[in-house]
Amino acid sequence: MIEVRDLKKSFGPQRVLDGVSFRIETGESVVIIGRSGCGKSILLKHLIGLLTSEEGEVLVDGENLGRMNERQLLRVRHKFGMLFQGAALFDSMTVAENVGFALRRLGKLTEAEIAKKIGEALDMVELPGVEEKKPSELSGGMRKRVGLARAIVYQPEIVLYDEPTTGLDPIVADSIDQLILRVCERLKVTTVVVTHDMRSARRIGQRIMMLHRGKIYVTGTPDEIFRSQDPVVNRFVNGISDPKELYF
Amino acid sequence: MNFFSNKWIAEWLQGLGRITLLCQEAVHSLFTRKITWRDLIYQLHFIGVKSQSVVLITGAFTGMVLCAQTYFQFHKVRMDTATLAVVSVSMASELGPVLTALMVAGRVGAAMAAELGTMKVTEQIDALRTLATHPVDYLVVPRLLSAIIAVPLLNAEAIALGIGAGYVLGVSLLGIDPTYLWQNMLKYTVATDVMIGVIKSFIFGGIVAVIGCYKGMSCGEGAEGVGRATTEAVVYSSITILISNFFLTISLGELLSYL
Repeated sequence: MIEVRDLKKSFGPQRVLDGVSFRIETGESVVIIGRSGCGKSILLKHLIGLLTSEEGEVLVDGENLGRMNERQLLRVRHKFGMLFQGAALFDSMTVAENVGFALRRLGKLTEAEIAKKIGEALDMVELPGVEEKKPSELSGGMRKRVGLARAIVYQPEIVLYDEPTTGLDPIVADSIDQLILRVCERLKVTTVVVTHDMRSARRIGQRIMMLHRGKIYVTGTPDEIFRSQDPVVNRFVNGISDPKELYF
Repeated sequence: MNFFSNKWIAEWLQGLGRITLLCQEAVHSLFTRKITWRDLIYQLHFIGVKSQSVVLITGAFTGMVLCAQTYFQFHKVRMDTATLAVVSVSMASELGPVLTALMVAGRVGAAMAAELGTMKVTEQIDALRTLATHPVDYLVVPRLLSAIIAVPLLNAEAIALGIGAGYVLGVSLLGIDPTYLWQNMLKYTVATDVMIGVIKSFIFGGIVAVIGCYKGMSCGEGAEGVGRATTEAVVYSSITILISNFFLTISLGELLSYL
């Protein structure tokens, strides 16, 4: 269970998160939506302790991340897997080395067992036979799949996705959505997805939260969000710009 | 003016604090965490083996220039055979460790900052942290340990080649008597000179690795951030080496004279 209480974060004079509070139950699949630059990725990084807030708390299974040092956070991060926006694969390593990285660092399994787990994770993301390739040889969609395989290979309890479909064509984006649903279903993990791809949000989320002006503006089921008559939500969901505002 | 000078001092002190914390974390990790031998060997190869050519060329030509210049002055007072002693003492305690460290700072410190900086801007360091790996354990410790091992060895090579090159130049081109040249070198080069050089090169190796890693891990966004981190790593390492060399020469000379 993840609980966020009155989280505030600024970068210089700009306040990005201005009192964000919510709760995500174990096994739940939540999508956080919001406009580009509204602080979605910043919020996601707070959930795993990659960033620390000025005020407020992030609790993971009752443990307050704000009170932990980097070494104590490592223990909590064993519960997490994270897929980054650009996949963040280690470019000096092969796909197999990337996927098996966490298992090797744990040092509990033999090389044969690690190789088996790597194979299973790559099968799950439908990328068999790419073990010896370097990340630079892969397409954007393949990199995201490898990133996902790396995030789930050690069977975490919570998987965080930062813009999983951004920059991908609609077909590949759809396959990534299918993959996220499959991972969620098979591994019974808590899923938190940050996206502004509304099609993706509708398919993946059991619950959607919209971040607007540093706060959770609205929370609801996908149907509630898509039927909302609130002008801010409605404009975002339907991709309608406000002529009074400049968006570029 | 006052605002800018205060800001600069505050930033400088913050940087100093952060680099001290990085050193503390790295030393703590060095003694408490398991070393990844594969990474250590890779870094040893990168820092030690691949820096050979640049360090050896520097050592040889510095030794020869020093020998020639010393000879030109000593020849006026008929002290030709003391030439190699000057080369030897200078190379062992000052020029060897300083020039080796500067060369390694230019080659390895820059590469460390660029590599870690690129990892930071592409979120690879964040990815390490999400995979429950402390970046200091995985990235800093192998580089620091390798630099501390490799720089003294490179220093020894540079000193040996510098003295050897000076000897060959002195005997073959300058016509100095080889026996007296060699014997005077042995007579006036004492263990303290060599000890000072070795201790300095350990410290300089640490300086290059810590500053290179720190600059990489704290670099700004984008290509500009990586470029700036790389430049700063070389400049700050070089300045730190030159300033600390002065204080080490004074303090180590005093300290070792009591032993």
